[in-house]
Amino acid sequence: MVDMGKYIVEMLNITKRFPGIIANDNVTLQLKKGEIHALLGENGAGKSTLMSVLFGLYQAEEGEIRINGERVEINNPNDANDLGIGMVHQHFKLVEIFTVLQNIILGVEPNKMGFLEMKEARKKVLELSEKYGLKVDPDAKIEDITVGMQQRVEILKMLYRDNEILIFDEPTAVLTPQEIKELLQIMKDFANEGKSILFITHKLNEIMEVADRCTVLRKGKLVGTVDVKDTTKEELSRMMVGRDVSFVVDKGEPKPKDVILSVRDLCVQSRIHKKNAVNKVSFDVRQGEIVCLAGIDGNGQSEFVHALTGLEKVSSGSITLNGHDITNLPIRQRSILGMSHIPEDRHKYGLVLDYKLEENLVLQRYWQKDFQRRGFIRFDKVREYAERLIDNYDIRSGQGPITKARSMSGGNQQKAIIAREIDKEHELLVAVQPTRGLDVGAIEYVHKKLVETRDAGKGVLLVSLELDEVMNVSDRILVMYEGEIVGELDPKKTSVQELGLYMSGAKRNTAKENDYGRE
Amino acid sequence: MEGNNINKNKFNLKSITNNSAFSSFTAAFMAIILGLVFGFLVMLFAKPDTAVEGFKLIILGGFRRLPDVFYFATPIMMTGLAVGFAFRMGLFNIGASGQYTMGMYFALVVGFMFDLPGGIHWIVAILAGMLGGMIWGAIPGIFKAYLNVNEVITSIMFNYIGMFLVDMWIQNSSVMYVSNMARTAYLPQTVQIPSLGITGSSVNFGIVFAIIIGIILYIILEKTIFGYELKATGFNKHASEYAGMKGKRNIILTMIIAGGLAGLGGAFAILAPSAIAGASMTYEPINVIAANGFNGIAVALLGNSHPLGIILSAVFISHIQRGGTLTSLVGFKPEIIDVVIAVIIYFSAFAMIMNSALGRFVRRRLHSGEDVNTVDEVIDNDAKEAE
Repeated sequence: MVDMGKYIVEMLNITKRFPGIIANDNVTLQLKKGEIHALLGENGAGKSTLMSVLFGLYQAEEGEIRINGERVEINNPNDANDLGIGMVHQHFKLVEIFTVLQNIILGVEPNKMGFLEMKEARKKVLELSEKYGLKVDPDAKIEDITVGMQQRVEILKMLYRDNEILIFDEPTAVLTPQEIKELLQIMKDFANEGKSILFITHKLNEIMEVADRCTVLRKGKLVGTVDVKDTTKEELSRMMVGRDVSFVVDKGEPKPKDVILSVRDLCVQSRIHKKNAVNKVSFDVRQGEIVCLAGIDGNGQSEFVHALTGLEKVSSGSITLNGHDITNLPIRQRSILGMSHIPEDRHKYGLVLDYKLEENLVLQRYWQKDFQRRGFIRFDKVREYAERLIDNYDIRSGQGPITKARSMSGGNQQKAIIAREIDKEHELLVAVQPTRGLDVGAIEYVHKKLVETRDAGKGVLLVSLELDEVMNVSDRILVMYEGEIVGELDPKKTSVQELGLYMSGAKRNTAKENDYGRE
Repeated sequence: MEGNNINKNKFNLKSITNNSAFSSFTAAFMAIILGLVFGFLVMLFAKPDTAVEGFKLIILGGFRRLPDVFYFATPIMMTGLAVGFAFRMGLFNIGASGQYTMGMYFALVVGFMFDLPGGIHWIVAILAGMLGGMIWGAIPGIFKAYLNVNEVITSIMFNYIGMFLVDMWIQNSSVMYVSNMARTAYLPQTVQIPSLGITGSSVNFGIVFAIIIGIILYIILEKTIFGYELKATGFNKHASEYAGMKGKRNIILTMIIAGGLAGLGGAFAILAPSAIAGASMTYEPINVIAANGFNGIAVALLGNSHPLGIILSAVFISHIQRGGTLTSLVGFKPEIIDVVIAVIIYFSAFAMIMNSALGRFVRRRLHSGEDVNTVDEVIDNDAKEAE
């Protein structure tokens, strides 16, 4: 096809540090002209950072970028655009109230002495749309069209700017299977035409289907670049996750007792599209076991957790906690009935960042008798309680209980939330990505606390995207794919590879699901 | 272990630059200084020969008429509290004017229509004023809570609705309205708030009540469950929802309280005793939105929405207003003081931004080279900058 030595983009020995962490450590990525090159890695492996360096959002401390063999400096996205690099971001960057056409020309408006010249632009957009089968209505407003169509607008934006190097950042995460199929075909067409594509994803099926080569990153380091035709999904997931488990969670055999949480046929409407984000999910969690809800991000886990904890309404089905039907109860009632919740986004939900640590530690309990008298908060009791939690849970901060939550490190913020949720009376702990963004030490701490909670006879529902965590911490794994539970696995009897197959939708076992259905 | 020490250092330094009382005080102080300097420049430009003298009057003139400073501070203190209190929950109560006018009308009704003994007449009138304001605050609150209608829009509209309704009701009432004077009749002595007994000034117990109310609000905000929930909602709506707080109820309650505060301001203003025997304060139904409501926004901004800060800022603004009226002695139009106040408010918004930028700069300088920031913080900062 193309001469082997000819690379259109070369990122050589790129190192990008953030204070305290090396996001990219001596990473090299070479993109050939006319190929689809997949970039694979777990969350936080450094894929997005690497692409941000190429797109000019960050500057690397070490290493160099070459375009067509020439060394270039890319200081901002405009530089990238001038070099023919375009990017479809995971979260689209479109102006909701503008039309499709207005969005496409935004930033490169054709004009004559300051007056817009839309005719030419419209013609060009329609031609491109026709040529690549990217059907759009140029006069529709962004807010009125589907997510799939919005993505086509993003692609047209790149084509309109005559970009030759196209970056797709997890483009299929928000699409329906049909839309994914169309998108992959369009990507192939681009490649056949000589455009070069960088495709960020962690869906192995898609890589196997379209990519020519695949570069794998793990924890900021380059694992290797392989030809997709010479490899297998199993091989790729081994490269992505790493053969060696970073550490083993020390835990005994689970001793499951009574059912504490039981979910039946739960459906939750999606906010983005008309389908159900959570579709007929049924399962049980027992006292003394850690059940893990595994899956690739965006397969309905967040919506499920929101419905379970009361942040979002259920469209049908039921949730029973400790014998009480909580399907439509307010959040406070669920909390009183024994639900503790470590939220996915600790800054958005978990903490009031402008409150002191002690005020955050009583966020779920400030109204209880221990902490108030006739509507007045008993700050002496709050202080005592906070000091006890700080001691017991080893929460470190500059000024102890009066430290502003905002000024604490991420790990200690998470410790504060965990302390609050575990110390509160509870029967079920819902922990959503509790180790996201934490360093190895804090991760170990969180895992230990989860196991302790289990051993104290509570039910634990862990929602995780990290394969390591899923395999090491859980006693039972439920895999969620496109809003449904597609398999129940025993972590001792399964492998990361098998788990990966379930997570990417390549495999499915519905027997278990049916069991619950019949109950 | 060394890492821990560095951490401790960082947090101490950060906590000083982050300290909210410190930064809001310096912000207000900077705003006042910059506002005064700019005001002086305007005066210099307008009338160079007497500018220095006029400027002196603005700054010091108020001390000559201290009782009046407190008298005029009373209504804006109340509307300032009305705006500031709601703002702590993240609600922008721009409707203080309407609530103020409604409070004044309810007080007038009690003053004219009810014949009560002197000891309780004015108290009932004040409470009626509070009720009027509460009703006018509750409506935007209900719209916000149940229909998610932006409170800014409803409360602006309710300023007009309230003002026109009150003007209409007063003009239609032969008891209240003296048509040839185009104002309300004099209120009976029994309904006027007792004076503080300073000759030549209308300063009355209203200012005492206003300060006490400010302190009570401070206690509510800082010491009670309701205050805890209110501030949590103002800081982070999602976290308050996650913690199971009743957002809708709190929105309505906050707006009722805010409305009641502005309504009290209206009552305090209209029920103030007149320095002339047999007369009283009057209201002119001339289809103008009460300026005291908008001045309340300025007071709340300068006081950083903190009840005690608002008490101080109301007195300060009243002080330079009094001083400003004296500048006419040296040939200035009293409007010059409105320019100065406007500039102070402008800078008080500006100074807070500068302050946080300064704080961030100091933090960066102190910690550059030390690998102590976590990624979260970096991302956090970047996100903030991007905003």
